[in-house]
Amino acid sequence: MIIPIFLSVVICLLNLSCSGNGNKKITIEFWTMGAEAEHVQKLTKEFEKLNPNIIIKVQAIPWTAAHEKLITAYASETTPDIVQMGNTWIPEFVALNSLDSLDDLVAQSKTINIKNYFPGIWQTNTIDGKLYGIPWYVDTRVLFYRTDILKKAGYTSPPQNWSELYDVSKKIKKMYGNQEKYSIFIPTNEWAPFIIFGLQAGASLLKDNNTLGNFSDDKFQTAFKYLIRFYKEKLAPVEMTEVSNIYQAFSTGFFAMYITGPWNVEEFKKRLPANLRNDWMTAPLPAYDGNPYPGKSLAGGASLAMFKSCKHKKEAWKLIEYLSKNSSQVEFYKLSTDLPAVISAWQDSTLKEDKYLKAFYMQLQNVVPTPKVPEWEQIVFAKVQQYAEYAARRKETPEEALKSLDSDVNKILQKRRWILSRK
Amino acid sequence: MNKHRRKISAAYFFLAPAMITIFIFFLLPVLAAFLMSFTDFDIYSLGNISLAQFVGFRNYIEIFRDSLFWIALKNTFYFVIVGGPLSIVVSLGAALLINSKLIKFKGLFRLIYFTPVVTTLVAVSILWRFIYHPRFGILNYVLSLIGIHGVDWLGDPHWAMPAIILMAVWKNFGYNMIIFIAGLQNIPEDLYEAADIEGASAWRQFKDITLPMLAPTTLFVGIITMIGYFQLFAEPYVMTQGGPLNSTLSIVLYMYQEGFRWWNMGYSAALAFILFFIILVVSLIQLRLQRESSV
Repeated sequence: MIIPIFLSVVICLLNLSCSGNGNKKITIEFWTMGAEAEHVQKLTKEFEKLNPNIIIKVQAIPWTAAHEKLITAYASETTPDIVQMGNTWIPEFVALNSLDSLDDLVAQSKTINIKNYFPGIWQTNTIDGKLYGIPWYVDTRVLFYRTDILKKAGYTSPPQNWSELYDVSKKIKKMYGNQEKYSIFIPTNEWAPFIIFGLQAGASLLKDNNTLGNFSDDKFQTAFKYLIRFYKEKLAPVEMTEVSNIYQAFSTGFFAMYITGPWNVEEFKKRLPANLRNDWMTAPLPAYDGNPYPGKSLAGGASLAMFKSCKHKKEAWKLIEYLSKNSSQVEFYKLSTDLPAVISAWQDSTLKEDKYLKAFYMQLQNVVPTPKVPEWEQIVFAKVQQYAEYAARRKETPEEALKSLDSDVNKILQKRRWILSRK
Repeated sequence: MNKHRRKISAAYFFLAPAMITIFIFFLLPVLAAFLMSFTDFDIYSLGNISLAQFVGFRNYIEIFRDSLFWIALKNTFYFVIVGGPLSIVVSLGAALLINSKLIKFKGLFRLIYFTPVVTTLVAVSILWRFIYHPRFGILNYVLSLIGIHGVDWLGDPHWAMPAIILMAVWKNFGYNMIIFIAGLQNIPEDLYEAADIEGASAWRQFKDITLPMLAPTTLFVGIITMIGYFQLFAEPYVMTQGGPLNSTLSIVLYMYQEGFRWWNMGYSAALAFILFFIILVVSLIQLRLQRESSV
């Protein structure tokens, strides 16, 4: 008997205190991943100062658990208002019908202008003609190489096309003779180089409205065989465990070239020994023979997306606009070293004066999205990597590997074919 | 009569909390998973439940056609058949040593052997990755001292599973060792004294007294180890991610990837029930063998 009375008194008191406060504050929940969460809080604090009626609740999720957590949140209807989303995840969450399209908001926006974004990156956020995310920071793959080693092999500038890449690799290997050293590092547990070279050769990867695998067609086969040759001729190490520390391996010359992303710029600066400071550089990717330099690379990075369940769309959009401002983008680069998605931010001196970033700026002009199907992650992580490894270790010939790859991909896309056939 | 009934209803009353919990948190999910294994529940169905359909035995049929399933099954059996007995032999050996009258500092050794069991697996795995490193690892260094050219333990498809087994045995034998020590201490001392008087050798004493007297303990340890080893997951998940060339892909790891990484819940649930069935059958065989040998 006592408890209900006590409770009702408490509730009364709470009510009083709430109604006494006047206008309510609006809380926007914002989920970000990894280190970004820590850095973005400095920006959201500024935003809160400018907008005293809005509170931003930033929640950090580790990258490794992010995907599972978002799906679980969706299933249990506890999604946040805004989320940082890897570009390749957008198709999946659009298929779940969980994201709001942003076209109308962009059309009215004074801050966000499509012309101020890299076209390839913007495209990754567009699905069936509708926009679902605003690029927040960008990411693409370029070539990291040892200038001193390439110079010794007779290359004063980085390889411009496939023939030169192969030629310089041959020359570096020859220079080492029988030493256990390699020219280039193409780990089979990274799908990116295989897809990039396929795209460069003009492969479509999937066919028939993205419902069937198209990896055994001539174009992808050309690219695949080109890369497998590097393992065959011992220009690239097959055993992944050999390179447990890429920074150490790169500094000892275990390999001289590596195709990787912007996060490694700061890592290389930090971890390579001081005497190597002027002996490495970044360059845009070599092009398919006959195509203009630089060759295509992947459009990656993360976008800001709004869930349909978002209750305060106006305020949430205000935050997205704030984070897309020129000054916020530069500030965020300084905090996190994530490359800005807004082109005008690249004019800032911090970015302009970094010699390693030039290659990225050039490369970002020529980036393309991967097929926008929810199954894409499974296709590349589970299957492309598996068959790249099979071919690299000569368990299967490249032709056999690609045939098996297609048949596995067709199995993965079975549900998609069924869904499309019902429409 | 009435009193008896009241007793029973009282028993149910006290059992109810446990029974309800088991029903909600165990039986119900298992039933749901069983039903799910006959559907194609996946990421699309999560967004729109009408996109899930009953597919009968299709998941089960597809699993039997799936080459990765057979690879995973083969790897799991390899791990159980080689790792299981090895682990039991090592833990029995360690238990005998610690139980021996010749050993001093028994508590210390017991502690040392038991430490790996309570250490977190992820930390241990990272350490073992260093040990196994082909160029800088201590294992290959030790081998090179006695003139053996080491291998790339985790990078070579033929050696990755033995490397995982070695680590798993090292990690787990302490637990079984404790159980064996308890079993050994239950053997009456006068049996050994009588054998001594008869002039039986140490080996005869071990073969004809220790082993038969330990039979129930061995059965228990055998079944528990087998069930645990069939569920091999964390070691390859942390150390090799199932590679190289899927040579350390286990059934549970494959199930995890299909279910929680790619969200093919129906397929993954079917895999779980196949594994359950295998463990059930092997446990029954083990029980039967034990019963026959003791008759």
